Amino acid sequence: MTAAVFFGCTFIAFGPAIALFLFTIAREPLRVIFLIAGAFFWLVSLLLSSLVWFISVQISNKDSAAQQKGLLIFGVVLSVLLQETFRFAYYKLLKKANEGLLALSQEETMPISIRQLALRYMSGLGFGFMSGAFSVVNILADSVGPGTVGIHGDSQHYFLSSAFMTMAIILLHMFWGVVFFDACEKQRWWAVAAVVISHLLVSCLTFQNPDYVASLIPTYVILFLMGVWAFYSAGGSLRNLKLCLTCKDKDFLLANHRSR
Amino acid sequence: MSCSPLWVNTPDRSGKRTATGPACHIRRISGCDPACLPGEGRSASCNSVEKKIYVHLNYTVPCVRLLNATHQIGCQSSLSGDVGVLHVLESEENLDWVLSSGPNPPYMVILESSLFTRSVMMKLKNGSSRVAGIVVVAPNTNPVEGFSPHTSCPNENTGGYDPTLAHCNVTVWNPLGNGLSYEEYDFPIFSLKDDNDTQVIRQCYLNHNQAVNGSSPRYPLCAMQLYSHMSAVTDTATCMRRNDINFSISPEMVCDPLGDFNVWASTRPLNNTEKGHKMWEKVVIAAARLDSRSFFFDVAPGAESGASGFITLLAAAHALRNVTQEAQPNRTIFYTFFQGETFDYIGSSRMVYDMENNQFTVDLDNVHSVLEIGQVGLHGESRLWLHSDPVSRRNSSVNEEVRKLIENLQSAAAGLGFTVGEAGFSQPLPPSSFQRFLRARQIPGVVIENHQLNFTNRYYESMYDNAEYLNVSYPPNLTPEEQLKFVTDTAKALTEVATMVARALYVQAGGAENQQDNINVSQMLYGFLVRSNNSWFQQLIPSDLTSHLSKLILNYTVLTGKCEPTLLVQYLLANLTGSAINITQENCQNQREDENDKESKHMFTYMWVQGAAPPNNTKREGFCVRSTVRLSRAVSPAFELRDYTSKDYSTWTESRWKSIKGRIFLVASHELEVRFPLKDDLFYPCMKTNLQSSETCLVTEIYQM
Repeated sequence: MTAAVFFGCTFIAFGPAIALFLFTIAREPLRVIFLIAGAFFWLVSLLLSSLVWFISVQISNKDSAAQQKGLLIFGVVLSVLLQETFRFAYYKLLKKANEGLLALSQEETMPISIRQLALRYMSGLGFGFMSGAFSVVNILADSVGPGTVGIHGDSQHYFLSSAFMTMAIILLHMFWGVVFFDACEKQRWWAVAAVVISHLLVSCLTFQNPDYVASLIPTYVILFLMGVWAFYSAGGSLRNLKLCLTCKDKDFLLANHRSR
Repeated sequence: MSCSPLWVNTPDRSGKRTATGPACHIRRISGCDPACLPGEGRSASCNSVEKKIYVHLNYTVPCVRLLNATHQIGCQSSLSGDVGVLHVLESEENLDWVLSSGPNPPYMVILESSLFTRSVMMKLKNGSSRVAGIVVVAPNTNPVEGFSPHTSCPNENTGGYDPTLAHCNVTVWNPLGNGLSYEEYDFPIFSLKDDNDTQVIRQCYLNHNQAVNGSSPRYPLCAMQLYSHMSAVTDTATCMRRNDINFSISPEMVCDPLGDFNVWASTRPLNNTEKGHKMWEKVVIAAARLDSRSFFFDVAPGAESGASGFITLLAAAHALRNVTQEAQPNRTIFYTFFQGETFDYIGSSRMVYDMENNQFTVDLDNVHSVLEIGQVGLHGESRLWLHSDPVSRRNSSVNEEVRKLIENLQSAAAGLGFTVGEAGFSQPLPPSSFQRFLRARQIPGVVIENHQLNFTNRYYESMYDNAEYLNVSYPPNLTPEEQLKFVTDTAKALTEVATMVARALYVQAGGAENQQDNINVSQMLYGFLVRSNNSWFQQLIPSDLTSHLSKLILNYTVLTGKCEPTLLVQYLLANLTGSAINITQENCQNQREDENDKESKHMFTYMWVQGAAPPNNTKREGFCVRSTVRLSRAVSPAFELRDYTSKDYSTWTESRWKSIKGRIFLVASHELEVRFPLKDDLFYPCMKTNLQSSETCLVTEIYQM
């Protein structure tokens, strides 16, 4: 459906994430590196799950629709579990590299360490970028042509819903990263389980498609709840929020070398 | 996902110039991995988003662009395809919706064949800012009232007459001709068969595009995109000049001259290596035409305009084989099959040019007379007419020869089921290859046609001139083998015509009168008009050409390169006029009878054909056929002389193109339909044809989403 839909959906899907990247990560090369490493870990998990998927599809019965549907569900669940496993693996890697990171960081800025919130946020965002890219790029590529979805009776809102879903997934990954790392630090395994379960829930909600309302609204509800949880687990509180919004937070200003 | 193109062996004009192999070019069907093709068995592993959006059209026949010295004709689409909202035209009054009142221009108009008339097409052509393209639904039966997209005076500028007689001043040969094929359109025009795919299109229109109670239909609307971008423009001189530009490593050709090969054979072997005048040889030329055309590319059954003539001549040649070998007549009979006659006599003008320049086996002084077989399908009135040239008959010796030839034909027709009359003295010859001979020299000759004044063929040079028009029909429930052997009434009628031609030719060549063998036309009719992949044809061709018989029905358009009809006629003529001889395959393919033979190749042609399989075996037994059949180049002399604005010779070329395809889909609201700028689109940020509305473009509308 041409340029308007293409750009619109791209900006819907990636807008918040790119904004976050530009404002918080782009200035410091080390942060960019962590972001990309996170993306890479997600990519490896996708590779493994797609390998399993490919093999299982080849050995399955291609004509049986029920079997294919079951295979799809299995594939989704497996992929979610693998992603969370690799998130854990990334956590372990960063923990092991802690000492090296301390040596690597420069004296002027605060030392980067696993405890630093920025690291958790960057790894989550990295996962989110890669996941969003793989979700939506092929749809964007087809949105450039002159036609829109619908000649076989599918819903017209295909492109738009995909873009909104992708945006939700990217932000969710970011929040999950924060909560997950925090939970692993504090050994709260129930929180880790909650992250995994909410990821499974969001992925399985997409089986409601093409009933886009039934899949998008619960996803956004979960997004909001995870956002609040991530905010609190990162040490935020209503007081901090007020100070930040009125630009009175001295610690923040100090850390970023800005005068009021 | 990646898409790999599928290659299919059908004639093509895109991209590459092939070597002079026996095959026509291959056309690329753009598409994805087979599992994704619509209409194929859906496998769950293919989930292309593209499949949700587009339905690709399987069978698309475009109209293509042809150029000559002064004009370009045919259709053109834009480089990235033309998109239009579908509209099924109900009547000629309904054109008003397309041309002025419809709210969603541009429209892709779907025409039933009854509306494919000159008035509708001219109105659409003039309103082309609101017309994105036209799709014509080809019916399953021929329209009763006749239809001929050719001009009413075919080949009027390159015949053998000066302007007083040339431009149909005396007789209008093709009165039903509406000239549609020779107009220029700047939108694509495609033809679709009336089958399930077309029904999908009509259903899409009914579901989405129909106006309810006069109000305009609401988005999303069903639309179609057609790609048939032609590379050549303006005229032949321009495109040939652009062909010669070679700045880049892989230079791109934009057009090709039309041309193919003429097929000829002689009853007495002539030395083909020595060109020019042959002493003491007098030759009677028996000519027929091989080609045809229609409005659309590569659909040209040409049943009456071409096939009836050359099949008759082939049958006559076969009948004369034995008697010309036993009792050789004084004069040699030259069977000639010309290609490209539709486009200003390409084949015959080239042969005459070669004869004049001593590039051919004989020259014009050797030609004694010409007998041409034109359209000879008999449609119940059972009368054939002999046309002769009034201008040359003013010369008394020529007149005498013509009179003798006419008497030959009339006595040869005695006892047969039709009568033969002489057409009027005052009218010129109908369009025929003989005119090109007359243009060079006044030679006595006659053209046999089934009409006295204007054509009886109601579908001259159209896609309806097919087996149905000639009444070549078979009882139902026959297998292909049985159909091959079945003798239709048309076959019987053509057999009689062939008998007359054979007898007359033999007498004209100086032999004594005698009866001819039983001639078998039905197999040839079946092969050329119904199915070319039959057992008889398969026996007569070499094994590497069997794949070229796979197309169900032959179409006789002229392309550069040897195409199926020419090859088939060549092998058929060889088998029907030559003889099987007992030499090894290796010798046969090297044009010699044994290892030391160096002379035979000048006189004869040797072809190794695959033959039939004996009853208890599956392997075919090939054999060698020795004949005098040769091919001669049929490319217009204008291209030899590089005179691309020539008025004397044909200058027709056909444009090249990259891809021909079409697809249907839904489009959303028009304000959002801003096309992605392409190379030549950079200065038109709004959709090109949306210029009459005052809506602003692009950026201000994004927020509407």
